[in-house]
Amino acid sequence: MSETVAKINIACIVNGARQRVQAYPMARLLDILREEMHLTGTKEGCGEGECGACAVLLNGAIVNSCLVPAIEADGSEIRTIEGVASGDQLSAVQSAFLECGGAQCGICTPGMVIAAMALLARHPHPGDAEIREGLAGNLCRCTGYQKIFASVVRACKTSGEKLAGTR
Amino acid sequence: MEEKYFGHSVERKEGRGKVTGRAQYVDDLAFPDMIHGVTVRSSIARGRILGIRYGEGIPWNEFAIVTAKDIPGTNEISLILHDQPCLASEFINHPEEPVVLLAHPDKYLLEEARRAVHIDIEPLPAVFTIEDSLAKRTIIWGEDNVLKAYHVDKGDVDGAWATADVIVEGEYRTGAQEQLYIENQGMIAVANPADGVTVWGSLQCPYYVHKALVPIFGLPAEKIRVIQAETGGGFGGKEEYPSMIAAHAALLAWKSGKRVKIVYDRAEDMVATTKRHPSRTRHRTGVTRDGKLVAMDIDLVIDGGAYATLSAVVLSRATIHSAGPYVCPNVRIRSQAVATNAPPHGAFRGFGAPQSIFAVERHLDQVARAVNLAPEELRRRNFLHRDQTTATGQIIHEDVNFDGLLDRAFKESDYHAKRERFAKENPGATVKRGIGFSTFMHGAGFTGSGEVYLASVVELEATAEGCVRVLAASTEIGQGANTIFSQIAADALGISYDRIEVAQPDTGAVPNSGPTVASRTSMVVGNLVEKAALDLKKTLVESGLLCDACTEDEFVRACKRYIETRGPLRTRSQYEPPPGLHWDDTTYSGDAYGTYAWAVYVAEVAVDTLTYEARVTDFIAVQEIGKVIHPVLAAGQIEGGVAQAIGMALYENVAWREGRMANGQMTNYIMPTAADIPPIRVFFEEQPYPFGPHGAKGIGELPMDGPAPSILNAIENATGVCLREIPATPEVLMEAMAGKAGALV
Ligand code: FES
Ligand code: FES
Repeated sequence: MSETVAKINIACIVNGARQRVQAYPMARLLDILREEMHLTGTKEGCGEGECGACAVLLNGAIVNSCLVPAIEADGSEIRTIEGVASGDQLSAVQSAFLECGGAQCGICTPGMVIAAMALLARHPHPGDAEIREGLAGNLCRCTGYQKIFASVVRACKTSGEKLAGTR
Repeated sequence: MEEKYFGHSVERKEGRGKVTGRAQYVDDLAFPDMIHGVTVRSSIARGRILGIRYGEGIPWNEFAIVTAKDIPGTNEISLILHDQPCLASEFINHPEEPVVLLAHPDKYLLEEARRAVHIDIEPLPAVFTIEDSLAKRTIIWGEDNVLKAYHVDKGDVDGAWATADVIVEGEYRTGAQEQLYIENQGMIAVANPADGVTVWGSLQCPYYVHKALVPIFGLPAEKIRVIQAETGGGFGGKEEYPSMIAAHAALLAWKSGKRVKIVYDRAEDMVATTKRHPSRTRHRTGVTRDGKLVAMDIDLVIDGGAYATLSAVVLSRATIHSAGPYVCPNVRIRSQAVATNAPPHGAFRGFGAPQSIFAVERHLDQVARAVNLAPEELRRRNFLHRDQTTATGQIIHEDVNFDGLLDRAFKESDYHAKRERFAKENPGATVKRGIGFSTFMHGAGFTGSGEVYLASVVELEATAEGCVRVLAASTEIGQGANTIFSQIAADALGISYDRIEVAQPDTGAVPNSGPTVASRTSMVVGNLVEKAALDLKKTLVESGLLCDACTEDEFVRACKRYIETRGPLRTRSQYEPPPGLHWDDTTYSGDAYGTYAWAVYVAEVAVDTLTYEARVTDFIAVQEIGKVIHPVLAAGQIEGGVAQAIGMALYENVAWREGRMANGQMTNYIMPTAADIPPIRVFFEEQPYPFGPHGAKGIGELPMDGPAPSILNAIENATGVCLREIPATPEVLMEAMAGKAGALV
């Protein structure tokens, strides 16, 4: 197969930096992020759009990168978990997850942080139902979600979160 | 000793790496020379292997191919017994049994190659249910399909029936459950005759993997090295199965001379790896008219799958917990783990206890009804107290205050008022509400003499910069082990938390502190950390370099001086059982556990009588777990366990087809989402346990035990329908309600 199917060129902006990679047309955005760009913060939990571990922001909208064909990334702007903190300075959402116990094993956390950012971009002061609905596409097996809800609530209270780049 | 960190929610040691995506899990590790490996598995449940065919159109000469013939040592995954092969060579005993391994640099081509391998198998009759296995018409394991059996006898059950006014019988079932850690299993290996074998992976128990690799390669123990990578959840699922994947990756590395990575995708992880043992429990209970238990006769069977793996130990915990936290003078427990041709069932948080506690706590509600008592009243009349004995004859030497726990749980949940209100509102309502509870215990640490056999060791090492490293094989799998060890060590040494580091578990560098299972890490290993830390300080004080009440600077200087003048500063502590513990493996009696956590959980449900969906709408968890080391982590353990148990009770159904999981996808195996989990309110009663660090006991598995019976008791309260099996999916509810339609309107 490697000889018969040609790779295609994909150019996009990831976390503010221009990226150019070659990938098989059937590759997924998740694969090019992890394997070609070595951005392994985005995780694969299911590969079928159920768990949200692979969530990234594609042109400001949250997507499950395991369902996005790589070719769709061409010409787009992408933000992954690696682009959320600025240097050592955690974002408000990340600090809140750290303080409130929103991350246990941490494998769902990158996707959860992205989902929480997307949620707060839509609803800067979400109610309980909005939080639950906003995170229902992201599975966590460790926390029972309570401390993740608490993290979101904490994040909206802390002023620092600039939602720039999430829309 | 000052408790500057103990009892406080300090920042997680590895928290930053996790929230920034920098933490490196096994699939995030890549090396230039690395190739990928896959497993070719059997398609059927049982048979004789006739041959292996490699299809056309694949450049097979580019592949590393491994079958049982390529194993340099013994073809077994050694655990308790030696019945499970690393690769099936002659017989197939379950679907998805590994037969052939392939490795190649190109993942896509590898996948094609996997599909091009055909294993010809002549089918043999197979066994798929507990009943078929017990019937022994087809023998698939040993002489009688029985992997393990226990007998517990207390008093004289047969003689006691005559003293009972009422005898209540019931049969209860629990289904398989997938651990469903969000990080799939995976391993990376390098292996060659000169350097030996090194594996990195997602795992709970480095020394289990180590033990399994030694015979497979026939190498001396020091030639095998196992290193834990960041691990994305375990829940028991990464207790024994990682040995299999490590062996496979290492065999491919041995054959190819390259570094090999095997990472399962979700479908493979779900269908091929272990799950919670399905169970069937029969209770026959004699009770007096005023609600005193006089006899409990319990017949418990778990389905172990095709090989013995850990079933004997799972059955042990199930057995010991099956009579609940009650005093009953006459108890008989007969328990068996039987073989079926399904992939072996394995460790899963709770380890047999959730199954047997589900049965006894559902059953006691039936007993209460039979003697016209409220369920709490029946329990109050039989609760275990200090100086009374459990089913195994263990005298409880600590204060057990179930009445207090129950009072608190009822107050927090507003139990009585709600019961009254629902009784008024339910008639005529489409959505019926109910509230139910369970009272239970969970033994902390290994069962019986397990901890004595393990004889766990922890070491501490000071650096010249005045930092202290904890060396232990206990793994951080999300529960916060690194943080807790650091809190304990920092307080014992009187230095700041930031000065403590916890070494990456690596069998080449850390001693065996035992597996990270059985709610033992904080209590047992934490205690060893404390002992080693106190010893380290004592060493400095006795060497004259430090006074007892030192400042941090003085400590740092003393470490530096010590290392410069005397060499490495290292201390070691080894497990010693608390005094007075006795356990007899032959009669299965005595002190089953050093201590127990005690709990009362209350669930509130809403059952939609049109869709047959039950939802948990509120949940209260009250428990006594000794002193709480880290409030946020402790509550996180309870909340996470409760959520998994809500899944077990209502949603998570493994559909079996001829021994194979037919719904091995997250799309049709449903675990709870953020929208399904109610508020979980967690309360701790803290009674210090003298043999845990600062009085702490185990916590991790407890929350898995109580929710399922509480929820089904609540469903019965809501609908009048007595369900005796989980998961209580809408299909199960519909069937039960159809049989009882009159009671609903
Ligand atoms: S990996 Fe993409 S949704 Fe699970
Ligand atoms: S923290 Fe482990 S899956 Fe969410």
